[in-house]
Amino acid sequence: MLSYAFRRVLSAIPIALIAVTICFFILRLAPGGPFDGERALPPTVLANLRAHYNLDQPLISQYFIYVGRLLQGDLGPSMVIDGFNVSDLIRIGFPFTLTMAMFAFVIATAIGILAGMVAAVNQNKWPDYVLVLAVMLGVVVPNFLMAALLQLWFGVYLRWVPAGGWVTGSLWHLILPVTVLAWPHAARISRLMRGSMIEVLGSNYVRTAKAKGLGQRLIMARHAIKPALLPVVSYLGPGLSYLLTGSLAVEQIFGLPGIGKYFVQAALNRDYGIVLGTTILYMFIILALNLIVDLIYAWLDPKVRYR
Amino acid sequence: MPGLTGKDQVLTAYAEKLEKLDPPKGRSLTQDAMRRLVRNKAAVVSIAVIVLIVLLAFIGPYFVPWGYSQVDWSNIRKPPNFEAGHYFGTDQNGRDMLARVLQGTQMSLIVAFVATVVSVSIGVVYGAVAGYFGGRVDAIMMRIVDVMYALPYILFVIILMVMFGRNPVLLFVGIGAIEWLTMARIVRGQTLSIKEKEFVEAARASGASSWKIIFRHIVPNLTGPVVIYATLTIPEIIIAESFLSYLGLGVQEPQTSLGTLISAGAPVAEVLPWMLLAPAVVLITLLLCLTYIGDGLRDALDPKDR
Repeated sequence: MLSYAFRRVLSAIPIALIAVTICFFILRLAPGGPFDGERALPPTVLANLRAHYNLDQPLISQYFIYVGRLLQGDLGPSMVIDGFNVSDLIRIGFPFTLTMAMFAFVIATAIGILAGMVAAVNQNKWPDYVLVLAVMLGVVVPNFLMAALLQLWFGVYLRWVPAGGWVTGSLWHLILPVTVLAWPHAARISRLMRGSMIEVLGSNYVRTAKAKGLGQRLIMARHAIKPALLPVVSYLGPGLSYLLTGSLAVEQIFGLPGIGKYFVQAALNRDYGIVLGTTILYMFIILALNLIVDLIYAWLDPKVRYR
Repeated sequence: MPGLTGKDQVLTAYAEKLEKLDPPKGRSLTQDAMRRLVRNKAAVVSIAVIVLIVLLAFIGPYFVPWGYSQVDWSNIRKPPNFEAGHYFGTDQNGRDMLARVLQGTQMSLIVAFVATVVSVSIGVVYGAVAGYFGGRVDAIMMRIVDVMYALPYILFVIILMVMFGRNPVLLFVGIGAIEWLTMARIVRGQTLSIKEKEFVEAARASGASSWKIIFRHIVPNLTGPVVIYATLTIPEIIIAESFLSYLGLGVQEPQTSLGTLISAGAPVAEVLPWMLLAPAVVLITLLLCLTYIGDGLRDALDPKDR
């Protein structure tokens, strides 16, 4: 197990490096720059600005400077807002984004697993049909549309919850955003759980357990849940990264103070520093999540370890 | 002596009867799949609805009394009004919502179609090449896919859009160029098993070049999974396009798409709900139907999955 974990960590490092390289060069090779404002800057100011951010050096040495700083944990400065750098942005925005995503993740995973199990046990009866409809809506309706419709219905017509905005520490304001984030995630998980549970319940060892007289609950708890969870576990990593990137849009829509608001603005301003730093941060998170999921998977399914 | 036991007569009669019968009919895999698809009611209804939406989006504008960018000064911010010919109401600029929804649907469908073609082409060629050559080529090519997977998809789209301007053609290509990863993985997996088949060996023995084997012998055999996955890619691309338009990065005024319409309608939904609901209903219907068709095709072409 330990050597498997070690191998997986080692293989993630080159992937991370190559991804950083791709991000860097795509951003730099694209036309347009952070200083093409509406008003042209005097040439000397422009030259000083470019020198300040090392933009006057050849691209390849810029790349090495960037990677060197990155290895020391410095994600780089903003090129539009003076004295502001990516770590400031992360300090301001990331706790909120992470809290909201984790909130949605825990709720959605729990609901998804439970709903999938209920649907599998009641296959082709009414709970199953209700669930299939909810899953279909969750998978199909894009989050910004779901947000708009929920805002209109629950926020404006029924006035049950605030339609948007943020008051520090108010869970009330999180209900709609978390619902919008969590629904698609719960839908995918319950679909996976339903499928694998139906398969497990039809397997020979579950039949044996039934034959020796175990009750439905005991069979589920002792024999069926662990193997049925395998596909769900392998989806958790990508799922959480969807939630984190999806929260960018949700924050934008509900006017919440996470990273999303700043990222979209930075992209529009061609603020290379912020865009590159945020993208790389997300990439590291996604890689780390995939790694953790692989390790959990190896723990659940011993066959994986020896490959 | 013939006919003594009557056995020959019986047999002759039987042979004649067999001759008159129609030859036994075999069913090809495609026919089998079609039968299964036709039996799937949700998929059939969805296909009908999609055909209707496509026809309306492309022919409808010629029958609507107002143009999509035409301003009706006497009817601004008005709810649906049948006498003036504004069946879905008008927006803040007095433009007819029905005409705009039709134009938006048309735009979303074109984006989806072009981007799907781009993503399928890249994915199939990439996956087939990686799978066929195998070894180190495969390892490097699939590692690149792993890397691309690690890049946060929506950030990547936003970056591309901002960097390359608001050109709709680039919008199609950019979205398509990002959606090919899963397709490449599926195609590679299929190629790995197809390249071990006897007909590929026969082609190789008769001296066909690698490229000819890939495009003549392997790619045609990938049709099933490619069609299924392409159908499931279309809704994803429609969502991506509408999300970009929602952020204001996609299709530009006076042209419109379903996402642009929703983003224009969402902030004013409290007072002008028809501006949100009309494009929302079309978008949800479109996405639901496409997903049902994709699921139906998968069940029909891949019976072991059911």
